[in-house]
Amino acid sequence: MIVDPDVVGLSRLQFALTALYHFLFVPLTLGLAFMLAIMESVYVMTRREVWKRMTQFWGVLFGINFAMGVATGVTMEFQFGTNWAYYSHYVGDIFGAPLAIEGMMAFFLEGTLVGLFFFGWERISPLKHMLVTWFLALATSLSALWILIANAWMQNPVGAAFNAQTMRMEVTSFKEVIFNPVAQSKFVHTVSAGYTMGAMFVLSISAWYLLRGRNIDFAKRSMTVAASFGLAASLSVVVLGDESGYSVSENQKMKMAAIEAMWETEPAPASFTVFGLPDVKARETHAAIRIPWVMGLMGTRSIDQPILGIADLVDDAKLRIADGIRAYDAMLVLRENKNDAQARAILAAHDKDMGYALLLKRFIDDPRKATPADIQKAADSTIPNVPVLFWSFRIMVACGLYFIVLFAYAFWRASKRRLDGRGFLRAALWSLPLPWVAAELGWIVAEYGRQPWAIEGVLPTALGASSLTAGQVWISLGGFVLFYTALAIIDGYLMVKFARKGPDGLGMWPKQPDSIPTTAQTV
Amino acid sequence: MFDYETLRIIWWALIGVLLIGFAIMDGFDFGVAALLRILGRNEEERIVLLETIEPTWEGNQVWFILGGGAVFAAWPLLYAASFSGLYVAMFVLLLAFIIRPVGFNFREKMHHPRWTAVWDYCLIASGVIVMLVCGVAFGNLFLGLPFRYDGDLRMTWEGSFFGLFRPFALLAGLVSLSMLLAHGASWAAMKADHLIAERAAKVARIASLVYVVLFVLAGIWLAYGIPGYAISGPVVMDGVSNPLGKQVAVGASWFSGYLTHPAFWLGPIVAFLGALGVQLFVGRRGFGGFVCSCLAVAGTILSAGFALFPFLMPSAIDPASSLTVWDASSSRGTLLIMLGVTVVFIPIIVLYTGWVYRVMRGRVTLEHVRKSHNMY
Repeated sequence: MIVDPDVVGLSRLQFALTALYHFLFVPLTLGLAFMLAIMESVYVMTRREVWKRMTQFWGVLFGINFAMGVATGVTMEFQFGTNWAYYSHYVGDIFGAPLAIEGMMAFFLEGTLVGLFFFGWERISPLKHMLVTWFLALATSLSALWILIANAWMQNPVGAAFNAQTMRMEVTSFKEVIFNPVAQSKFVHTVSAGYTMGAMFVLSISAWYLLRGRNIDFAKRSMTVAASFGLAASLSVVVLGDESGYSVSENQKMKMAAIEAMWETEPAPASFTVFGLPDVKARETHAAIRIPWVMGLMGTRSIDQPILGIADLVDDAKLRIADGIRAYDAMLVLRENKNDAQARAILAAHDKDMGYALLLKRFIDDPRKATPADIQKAADSTIPNVPVLFWSFRIMVACGLYFIVLFAYAFWRASKRRLDGRGFLRAALWSLPLPWVAAELGWIVAEYGRQPWAIEGVLPTALGASSLTAGQVWISLGGFVLFYTALAIIDGYLMVKFARKGPDGLGMWPKQPDSIPTTAQTV
Repeated sequence: MFDYETLRIIWWALIGVLLIGFAIMDGFDFGVAALLRILGRNEEERIVLLETIEPTWEGNQVWFILGGGAVFAAWPLLYAASFSGLYVAMFVLLLAFIIRPVGFNFREKMHHPRWTAVWDYCLIASGVIVMLVCGVAFGNLFLGLPFRYDGDLRMTWEGSFFGLFRPFALLAGLVSLSMLLAHGASWAAMKADHLIAERAAKVARIASLVYVVLFVLAGIWLAYGIPGYAISGPVVMDGVSNPLGKQVAVGASWFSGYLTHPAFWLGPIVAFLGALGVQLFVGRRGFGGFVCSCLAVAGTILSAGFALFPFLMPSAIDPASSLTVWDASSSRGTLLIMLGVTVVFIPIIVLYTGWVYRVMRGRVTLEHVRKSHNMY
């Protein structure tokens, strides 16, 4: 059965929009949580009131953002079932487990402790409260770990095999799923991106106070924390991003080739295209500026291994489709007679390629009846959107390099105790949106670059969708757009309102620096 | 260590535990939220009510998130079929869950009466919607749902959103609503200022009485008016997870299991004793009223789960496609690993949740909210 292409398209659009939206809040939660824990630790060690106030003030903004992250996160858990039911059936045996473990190991801790962070100041000792904040921060990152183990399995489906009797993938080695190398590089890259975002958030808003001459001691201390934390985070996001890129080149060659707009295989070591205009129709990149060797060194960590170009990878896909059809045929035989030894042998030999036969299902009902033209079409469909990936990747990397420069400079100024200079403060303020740009583009590179696969090489996205009507998906998509837009406006309004009010406006910090208030007042 | 059959039964019990955990822990949050403007007559009283749940509601809601995740991991077929089949109902439920975190957090960020009123009604609506939708969905399970599988195990659904509003399902929705209103009111009677607690105790008694009447009514209806499902032919308990391998007969009684397994009666007995206990103890000193309300909630879910067993989601249009404990589960390996993880982490969760409740113990008084304001 061919799933209605409108349902697939709308479901993809809905998933992309809701995931990108969710990802506006998650990285900030990751980063701010650690900064809160650091600030509170300084408070517990020095017992100086300003550090407690810093924790509480940034905590208010953290709380607004956390609520949005939790609210939009529920959507993600629902959507696998509602819109991607066949996906859920086909890989739930593997994919469901990390999600459930995330709930037990991380989100439960996070959800239980966040209330105590806000309501526990008067009820538990400062040391205990600090531990609560640390565990909260650890839980947010642990949560990211399990979600990324699930996501990494979509990019690199290890430790699983197809079962013809249940028509799904089943776990063969849970250890391989957990210790998936892609998961490790993705995890460190993603949480570092979150830490960078948290640092930029604090750096920018503090810069704004300093530009206004408000909350000076408060803002300078916040900035110092942000500069040091941000420098470490931005270095790690770029270095470990490279690790993430390396693991992509290992198991998602097509994604790599698309990011580089590398249409033909180049002799090793390949050059890196800094600038270019990828032309999808002509399959070439115009006006390219290339740096020799760099790509080959980054992608293969060698000087003699070639990186395959798109044309060669399409040819490779054609061969795998042909093998996949044999596996598909054997699977149908086995479904009728599970003891057919010959069919079982064929399936065992080719089941790694069965996903490639399923690519044909977008075009024809029965992959066994595919013509060479169908196979060509299916093989061509394995090319993701080259210009979007090419540019998303470059802008993301440029942002990352800029973060290192900015935080290094801020760190240098902080260590010289010279956190002034209007040019620097303005640059810090206006850099605020960039971590979001980089994070969203990173998501696009990783997930849009995975297309046409839901699970790389195993399950095409088009096949994973639920058997819904387009009307149903329109209802939910329209509902999300309305609902999420309203929430975005309210969230933005509250964030700006409380950031502008600042610690002085909220009664947490004196307008004149000599009289520190003794109790927190109404927020 | 465990064979496939045993693991499947253990997971049926574990999902039951999670469902009961969700209903008990999140249930009183929903109940309190739904009664926000009935029990709380002015802003201060509403803040008291909200402060009884605000420090812990977030953790409570994870019972729901975890329930969803555990069904995905342990019964992927059930997760896929129920979420996609009940598409529009799930979307409504989702909106109700989305509005809660922001509702709790944003409400007290500004003190304009219209602002707080809007969030109050959002929280009330979300409470009522979740209680009703969960009940209606449960009711529909007994009636069978309109789905079938093809050979690829792709599910098609041949019903509509409004087709779910069948009389028995609506009654189940009301059972759930009255049960959780009583539950929320019992919580408020234990945790809120005495002035509000007295009102809450009254509401708890009334809602609990309504709940018992509706629960009995639903039981009688189920016994005499609704055909039950049974696996006909050999029951393969350790076979592959493919629902198409069995035959199902419709027409038996949903209560036939109660005759063969007298222990099943524990479900309704606990439910009745709990409801009786609410009448006796709510509004008095101590936790008695609330604990009894927890028992009523647990007993109700046990009663329904026992009646359905071994079915999880029966199909009305193609009974053989019905999902059961024996043919909708994950592979043995996944069930085993997830069992290990659960056995380790659930006790830890219970421990730190208990600690947080201990830290936040005591009534939230009007005096307290007048004096200090939280930073939430």
